[in-house]
Amino acid sequence: MTRLILSLLVVLAFVTLPFWMSDPYILGLLILAGIFIIAAISLNLLLGYTGQLSLGHVAFFGIGAYTSALLSRGFDVDLGLGLTLDVAPKPVWLSFLAGILMAALFGWFVGRLAFRVRGAYFVILTVSFAQVMRLIALNWVDLTEGPMAINNIPSFTLWLPGLGVTTLTTKAQNYWLVLAVAVIAFVLVAHIVRSRVGRALIALRENEGLARSVGIQVTHYLVLSTVVAAGIAGASGGLYTHYVRIVDPDVFMFIYTVTMIIMVVTGGKGTLTGPIVGGLLFGLMPELLRDYAGPEVQWIIYGAAIVLIVFFLPNGIVPAAARIWQRLAALGLRLVPEHLRPRLS
Amino acid sequence: MNGVMLGSTYALLGIGLTLVFGIMRIVNFTHGEFYALGAYMAYLFVAQLGVNFFAAILLATAIGMIVGAALEFFILRRLKTTDIDSVMLLMIGLWIAMQNTEQLIWGGVAKLIPSPFAQQPLVFGPVSVSPLKVFVLVTAIVLLIAFHLLINHTRLGLAMRSTFQDRDVASLMGVNVGTIYMATFALGSGLAAVAGALLGPIFLVSPTMGDLASLKAFAIVILGGLGSTVGATIGGFVLALVEEFGSGYVSADFRDAFSFLVIVAVLILRPQGLFAPKERVG
Repeated sequence: MTRLILSLLVVLAFVTLPFWMSDPYILGLLILAGIFIIAAISLNLLLGYTGQLSLGHVAFFGIGAYTSALLSRGFDVDLGLGLTLDVAPKPVWLSFLAGILMAALFGWFVGRLAFRVRGAYFVILTVSFAQVMRLIALNWVDLTEGPMAINNIPSFTLWLPGLGVTTLTTKAQNYWLVLAVAVIAFVLVAHIVRSRVGRALIALRENEGLARSVGIQVTHYLVLSTVVAAGIAGASGGLYTHYVRIVDPDVFMFIYTVTMIIMVVTGGKGTLTGPIVGGLLFGLMPELLRDYAGPEVQWIIYGAAIVLIVFFLPNGIVPAAARIWQRLAALGLRLVPEHLRPRLS
Repeated sequence: MNGVMLGSTYALLGIGLTLVFGIMRIVNFTHGEFYALGAYMAYLFVAQLGVNFFAAILLATAIGMIVGAALEFFILRRLKTTDIDSVMLLMIGLWIAMQNTEQLIWGGVAKLIPSPFAQQPLVFGPVSVSPLKVFVLVTAIVLLIAFHLLINHTRLGLAMRSTFQDRDVASLMGVNVGTIYMATFALGSGLAAVAGALLGPIFLVSPTMGDLASLKAFAIVILGGLGSTVGATIGGFVLALVEEFGSGYVSADFRDAFSFLVIVAVLILRPQGLFAPKERVG
């Protein structure tokens, strides 16, 4: 109960944030951090709950971004043999949904392919997948404009009660959109994790052989979680593309996957709130450092931070904070007189 | 010819990576950075300090080995967890830190290493090659042979092979596993650095050159089977030839994509690598 109230308060604080923090710069930071937090939430489903280290997660983000951008602008592409596919511009919300669908589809495909192998092989296969995607985006100039990037991508439009279809132009509106998607993603992942599916995933993370022997269809569940994770990552890619309004092959860069993984692991993989805590920390840290250090130094600090976290907080911040909280609670309990303490009986 | 030249340096890269993985069970994401480090050291000595070209390559390799040994001694050895994911994350952190240190020192602009070789190609009948590439090929092949001798015919090589097979038993037999780890990491890093120093004068030197090198090294190692040095040698040549023919006959734009297609194909058809799955080091 207290947990529910606490989470409602946190959500309320984030919802009302634009009213007491109107600095557009800070809102812009939070929007970008939020977009990456959504991606990190989806990665946590794979990394934290199934225990598979996928280093190609940014591919789904990029697929969502490109699909949504292309559909909302319309495109024509030469399919060879004299055939051309001509697609008229679609409404942004429709393109956004198509981006999610496309990413989920790729998730299914890659999941079927990659889960034949485990461990280091799986990691390298997922890295290669993201690289192939980047090279396609870079070289299929007819469709993706290659390194010239797709620009003039329309902003998000949304049907709002009382306002009709509006274009989200202000930072605050975009902020609320990102927040809404983040909450949906969080609730979705929380539901999956606490359901039968989630228990199956955790079982196979802990001991795959045992999980298989009690009748859990391991590959089926792994592919299912990849599809969901890919869809959410596609959604965050779509948000990104319509907020930044330009997309180039750099969205597939390995460093973004690394950023997501750092967010998940710093916050605490396998905890629901971990990606949010880690995401806020690493989403805002580079900007906070901006006044004191050049970009290279920032990245060096970033790298050093990862090393320190692996050394001192291998399980992440959330579990560590929970431990400290328990210890404080135990300490507080000792101050209460003996006869007033709650008893187990 | 180009393919064989590239193949010999790719083989050096792949062997370094497979050695570290096989013996230490570490997926070494810093491998490509040691490749870049080698190239930058060659640049530093040749272009900035005016050292002799050949001495500079030696120095670059030595520095690669020293930095590798230091990394193992000061960081990897202190790590308590052996969980493969945590170690991988640590390596990613180190990789980011190394790459940006290079960028901080030398800037993002690609650098050219001057070489003392003539631009005129050597002509052998129908084939003409540049002398620099011949030098790279010969050096790389000499190093490959030296490496196989080291692994198969020295006490250090014996200790490494036994650690690879069973770390605990090796340590019971009196092998100092800590020293072996340090030697392995130093050797692996040195191989990457020498590959970088050799290819540096042919291509340009830039801070992100390590990324592609890392990924290609992974492709080579997968091709040959993780932990197999013979496999990595063959894998290096195969990958380079696939790249050359692929970019020649299919499309040069997708040159770097071939390595990933090779990975995907190998993992689907033969996940344990193309060459003997339980191959020992050597």
